[in-house]
Amino acid sequence: MQPFAVNVSRRSVLKGGGALVVSIVAPRGIAPARAAEGESGPLWRPLSPGQLDTYLSIDESGQVTAYFGKMDMGQGVDLSIAQIVAEELDTALERVDVVMGDTALTVNQGGASGSSGLEEGGNPLRNAAAEARRVLSELGAQRLGVLMSQVGTRDGSVYVLDSPAERIGYGELVGGKHFDVRLEWNGQYGNGLDAHGRATPKPSSEYSIVGKPAARRDLPSIVLGTREYIVDVKVPGMLHARVIRPPVAGSVPVTVDNASIADIPGGRVVRDGDFLAVVADSEWGAIKAARQLSVTWSNVQAPFPEQQALYDHIRNAPVVRESAGGGRGANVAPDVAAFEAALSRADRVVEAEYEFPFQSHACMAPACAVCDYRGDHATLWTGSQKPHYAAEGVAKLLGLPVEKVRGIWVPGPGSYGRNDSGDAAMEAALISKSIGRPVRVQGMRHEGHAWDPKGPASIHHVRAGLDASGNVLALSFRSKGFSAGDMESNESNPSHTYAGMLTGWPDASVPRFNNPGDRYEFPVKLNYWQTIAPLLQRASPLRTAHLRDPLGPQMHFASECFMDELAYVADADPVEFRLRYLKEQRDADVLRTVADRYAWEPRVAGSGVERRGDIAVGRGVAYTRRNSSVVAVIAEVEVNLSSGRVWPRKFVVAADQGVIVNPLWLRRTLEGNVIHGTSRTLFEEVRFSRETVTSTDWASYPILEMRDAPEEIDIVLVNGPELPPYGAGEPSTRTITPAIANAIFDATGARLRRAPFTPERVHAALQKVAT
Amino acid sequence: MALVTLMVDGASHTLDVEPDMPLLYALRDHLGLRNPRFGCGLAQCGACTVLMDGQPVRSCILPVSAATGALTTLAGLGTEAQPHPVQQAFIEEQVPFCGYCISGWALYAVALLERDPAPTDAAIREAFAGIKCRCGAHSAILRAVKRAAQQIQAQQA
Repeated sequence: MQPFAVNVSRRSVLKGGGALVVSIVAPRGIAPARAAEGESGPLWRPLSPGQLDTYLSIDESGQVTAYFGKMDMGQGVDLSIAQIVAEELDTALERVDVVMGDTALTVNQGGASGSSGLEEGGNPLRNAAAEARRVLSELGAQRLGVLMSQVGTRDGSVYVLDSPAERIGYGELVGGKHFDVRLEWNGQYGNGLDAHGRATPKPSSEYSIVGKPAARRDLPSIVLGTREYIVDVKVPGMLHARVIRPPVAGSVPVTVDNASIADIPGGRVVRDGDFLAVVADSEWGAIKAARQLSVTWSNVQAPFPEQQALYDHIRNAPVVRESAGGGRGANVAPDVAAFEAALSRADRVVEAEYEFPFQSHACMAPACAVCDYRGDHATLWTGSQKPHYAAEGVAKLLGLPVEKVRGIWVPGPGSYGRNDSGDAAMEAALISKSIGRPVRVQGMRHEGHAWDPKGPASIHHVRAGLDASGNVLALSFRSKGFSAGDMESNESNPSHTYAGMLTGWPDASVPRFNNPGDRYEFPVKLNYWQTIAPLLQRASPLRTAHLRDPLGPQMHFASECFMDELAYVADADPVEFRLRYLKEQRDADVLRTVADRYAWEPRVAGSGVERRGDIAVGRGVAYTRRNSSVVAVIAEVEVNLSSGRVWPRKFVVAADQGVIVNPLWLRRTLEGNVIHGTSRTLFEEVRFSRETVTSTDWASYPILEMRDAPEEIDIVLVNGPELPPYGAGEPSTRTITPAIANAIFDATGARLRRAPFTPERVHAALQKVAT
Repeated sequence: MALVTLMVDGASHTLDVEPDMPLLYALRDHLGLRNPRFGCGLAQCGACTVLMDGQPVRSCILPVSAATGALTTLAGLGTEAQPHPVQQAFIEEQVPFCGYCISGWALYAVALLERDPAPTDAAIREAFAGIKCRCGAHSAILRAVKRAAQQIQAQQA
């Protein structure tokens, strides 16, 4: 790894100050900096969210660099940011590069979080680019000797409206200089960070780049095998480490036999509190040391129930917290009495309970991180989707001021929330400080499966009362489960990491859950949730954190299957029944759109689409909303009546995500969500014994493979040019489980109320229908 | 330790390594290649795939001393100026999400199209048994393999 010339970083640029001072602007396509051997001094300084230069620079050739404080996890968010900036600046898309993921170069816009990359993260970039165009127009008018009202902008230059040949390029106007223009900043960091100048961004009616399909520019390097990933980062003098995990969850090391790894070159043990790791000169050495190390562990009571008792445990466990409101707000008492009163007037009561397991991020590789602790400062290389917060957390762990830790994101093996990357960052920092050398930590496969934070298991109890005509009078939806986040997905607090939990950081877990995101309007509607205590309070392999569309799949499995169950009882078509209760236009439109595209013939569910021998085919619908995104899906599935295998051969997806920025990667993103959702629906369940998690690899935690991939995913994008772009990274995920379950019911009459829908479970449900 | 000679992407390298060390660590840590990558160490995912004499092997479990054939990595398959038809098709179909798993998909596709230039949908699905992608690029990969097959047939015609 060539040490990168760190002094090109923007701090030297932005220190310049003064209007349009000539200085070194960050070069186009600035690469992540590397800590060179012997380098010293702070590598990070806070960038001001209230300065235009923080978001944009333009070099002498007119090439624009946009500095984005959120992250792309492979869905092309950075590409869409480039489109937005190019659009507002009136320059070509190829003339805009995007830098992200380096705390020295970008402000903290919250990293990848809550599908907010464009919805929130795009705002300051859009506003900054609009303001830059205004400033460039002003400068251009001066240079061209005309009034500002007499110039226009296009193709990276300012030109005279009456005489388009008279023009001056952006590079000539500000290339290599600061804008030094202040923006109004709303005072927030993270997702909510916003800033704007005097200029008003374009109306969408004038868009010519936003809304057009654009190809990802990092793709050739991926496909040609030249792209750098976090696992490729090498720092001079770097050693390799592996973390040692206990055989029984909650047990801690008592004695460690250092001599057991004496034959490994550079082999040594790192122990800090109850945290244990090995270090070696080479990666293979570290792997062997981890296998060889002799440890005696404390005797602890096995912390978990038997796997088959999980849902009874949830059902019977004392409630730690109950609320009808959001998980982060104050408790709202559920008005159960009002619901019961309404229910007492019903002609018919329908009731069902749905169960959803713990699920693993199970990323393509276990997490990797590199940290170089140098006493008064440190550099962190991480695959975390929130590098700013990860660096902040590492600073706290190391006892350094936050500005003395530079976090540099390097692409990781996929990221779908708070996975094991946030833990690896802390582990690398802890070990680097302990041995005084740069350290690379990478997990082994079982650490990516068994020891990553999990999506929580839950049960959902739904009850509704119908009148004699089949109209819903009242509906109650109660979730009960483990907290959505024993650990916050923001990684800025070591208490929310595995290493922090083992080195004495205080418990900071927060019991919280949430309610479904649909917009059905019933006379009485009661949504509330109850959380129960973790099975093991600290450093548990079943500790929970955000996993793509947190709580979405489990809650909407229940809520959207129950809508189907109600429609069936009411003798109604599932689409028509839903439309009775959807009063908001966008929601109803999306549901109608998906039905039209599929050519949905109205009928009561249960008779199926076709039957050929052992194969029964059915169709199922699900609609959901997440914040402002509206999605509806129809799944068409084949059920093998003898084996119980379910194959969703076709999906039709309709999505209203507001204004479309890049239809090509919006489609790819929705496809990815459909397949990820299908995998979680059909295959994924964390296995555990009384002692610990036993799903440790792809054999014990299978995911969808090519043989089960759908034949067709037909996507209809509902454009909303009058709306902002709404998050697409997650919302469609939550529609998949209920759509498949509803299709299985249509095909076979078997109602699946426990996920995943493995062949054994489907087969058992079919037997029940037959008897 | 033992001297082992590897033939990688047309170049010969002699390394002094532990003979039972998996090939993956020789390629990554001794030769500095960025692909293949560690995914599982158990031959369950494909992220570490290389071709040996044209056949896909999992470098995470193959002892370096057993890697006696000619090895081709993803980076040795083509260049930016002249990508392999499979690489070209993956770019044209805009396949990867995170891209970490790409060696397995691309190299198994190359091997499939070598032995079956016009594979059916079922044959493609079968060829990828045991290859993992966590981001859900499967639909795009199916399209890309079909596109690559067409390109190869067009070249041969």
